[in-house]
Amino acid sequence: MSTTTPAAAEPRARFGDLLAAEWIKMRSLRSSYAVLAAGALVPIGICVNSARSNVHLIERSANPDQRTAIDPLHAAFVPEAFQILMVVAAVVGAATIFGEYAGGMIRTTFAAVPARRSVVAAKVVVVAAVMLAYGAVVATASFGVTQAIYDSVRIGLPVTAPGAFRAVAGSALLAPVAALVGMALGALVRNAAGTVVAIVGVLLLLPRLFEGETYRWVKEIGNAMPVSAWTALVENPARSLQPEGPVRWVSRYPVTVTEAWIVFGAWALVAVAVAVAAVRRRDV
Amino acid sequence: MIEARELTKRHGRTTAVNALSFTVRPGVVTGFLGPNGAGKTTTLRMALGLNEPTRGSVTIGGRPFRERPRGLRHVGALLDAGDVQGGRSALAHLSALARSNAVPRRRVSEVLEEVGLASAARRRVGGFSLGMKQRLGIAAALLGDPPVLLFDEPLNGLDPEGVLWVRGLLRRLAAEGRTVFVSSHLMSEMEHTADRLVVIGRGELIASESLAEFAARGTRRSVAVRTSDPAALAAVVAAEGGVMEREDDGSYTVTGLGADRVSELAFERRVLLHEVTARSSSLEQAFMELTADSAEYRTGESR
Repeated sequence: MSTTTPAAAEPRARFGDLLAAEWIKMRSLRSSYAVLAAGALVPIGICVNSARSNVHLIERSANPDQRTAIDPLHAAFVPEAFQILMVVAAVVGAATIFGEYAGGMIRTTFAAVPARRSVVAAKVVVVAAVMLAYGAVVATASFGVTQAIYDSVRIGLPVTAPGAFRAVAGSALLAPVAALVGMALGALVRNAAGTVVAIVGVLLLLPRLFEGETYRWVKEIGNAMPVSAWTALVENPARSLQPEGPVRWVSRYPVTVTEAWIVFGAWALVAVAVAVAAVRRRDV
Repeated sequence: MIEARELTKRHGRTTAVNALSFTVRPGVVTGFLGPNGAGKTTTLRMALGLNEPTRGSVTIGGRPFRERPRGLRHVGALLDAGDVQGGRSALAHLSALARSNAVPRRRVSEVLEEVGLASAARRRVGGFSLGMKQRLGIAAALLGDPPVLLFDEPLNGLDPEGVLWVRGLLRRLAAEGRTVFVSSHLMSEMEHTADRLVVIGRGELIASESLAEFAARGTRRSVAVRTSDPAALAAVVAAEGGVMEREDDGSYTVTGLGADRVSELAFERRVLLHEVTARSSSLEQAFMELTADSAEYRTGESR
């Protein structure tokens, strides 16, 4: 405490400093590690278990067709496993916002950095990057381990197989997309319990309401959900083209791969816009 | 320098702050006083751009605080010691704040040392006592070495030693030429800390002046009198518009007249006085009196 002259030389405001600050905040909360560790092990475990039970099924089956009846890509991307990943990512993303609102930290943050949009943007970048890494780890591990297990019955796929890389990439990206949706909901609801309810409602329950195919618009809304986009991206193209493949239920209004990527992008962009708008002018 | 002009904040139909105008100057400690719910916290939040005024404006260093991309080098603020995340260590909390404002890392250890939290730096903030959280909040306010400091009830939760320390710190910061604005709902806290006062009640300005000027506003100035002829004195006091009341100890208290006037009257009527003592009202009394019904004692145009 020596200077008496007001703010002698203020360095230029750099976005990089805000990124670094948000990164310090994220890694200094021990709860982030616990949630992410559990959020990685549970989905991978579900997929590994699925692959192992299929291998047992093949080994015990007298029917040689049993092996071809199994879609090896499906065990790598079990829907329930990635719904868990989606919720975990959304909650972690949301926690970066509601965690600050709940205790009043947000006031300390905005008193230090009055440029609120920059703060939210820095959070978005850090959360998206961390979640992309988390999603990539889970998707890669799930694909790698399940296909290694399938190799024992010679049906394991390499990542160069048609649709395999797309499925890994789509699953990896599901995490940041869900996390951004979580951030938007966190910014709107601003408390932990309410935000978690909103996340489950929007990401898991809402798609269920729009599954029917009687009316096309109902299905189209359902198709625009992140979970539907993910389902389209992890589809094994080799299986769906096989005419003599197992009997599958085929949608009249399927989601194309291009549409699926657009859905991911649109949810991410809208989520960021909502988070920024919700935080910008509101009193804290 | 902090300047509020016609600052107003409404929440629905209730008015938290109404047409508040005051100036807080550098170099002195300015106390921001008012009963609970008077609008002190709302005013400080508006000054920090956390709440948007319904009308009017408040500037710090000539600019609305929200226009500044980074704040720590302009204003250090402690609003609520609880405005932290409990899961983080004191060190991580301050490091993130410092980093966001490009404040050098060594400054974090400096302020931790200064507030006496160096040994607790790696402990989780959630386990801190209120006093420790207050110290952490003060450390955060000092990070950017700012010319303006805002503290909302900084003495809450501090032990006597902590109170003395904060008082000394506030005075030193002011002596260094900084603008120091400290809120409190207790006049006793401000009496030995502040040089000037901004007093509000029900969201409106009651006073913005020096401590001495404020104390002089107390209307309940009284004169303690001992006399051999109370009846005669009571009669002349009453004739002059004063009131004389008997106390338990046999003395009398005259209100409505100054000690000089009471002496004059006694001299003219040849009433013997054994004792005449002027009793000025304390700051505390002036504060209680003026905030008891703020609407009644509202000041007119300030500046």
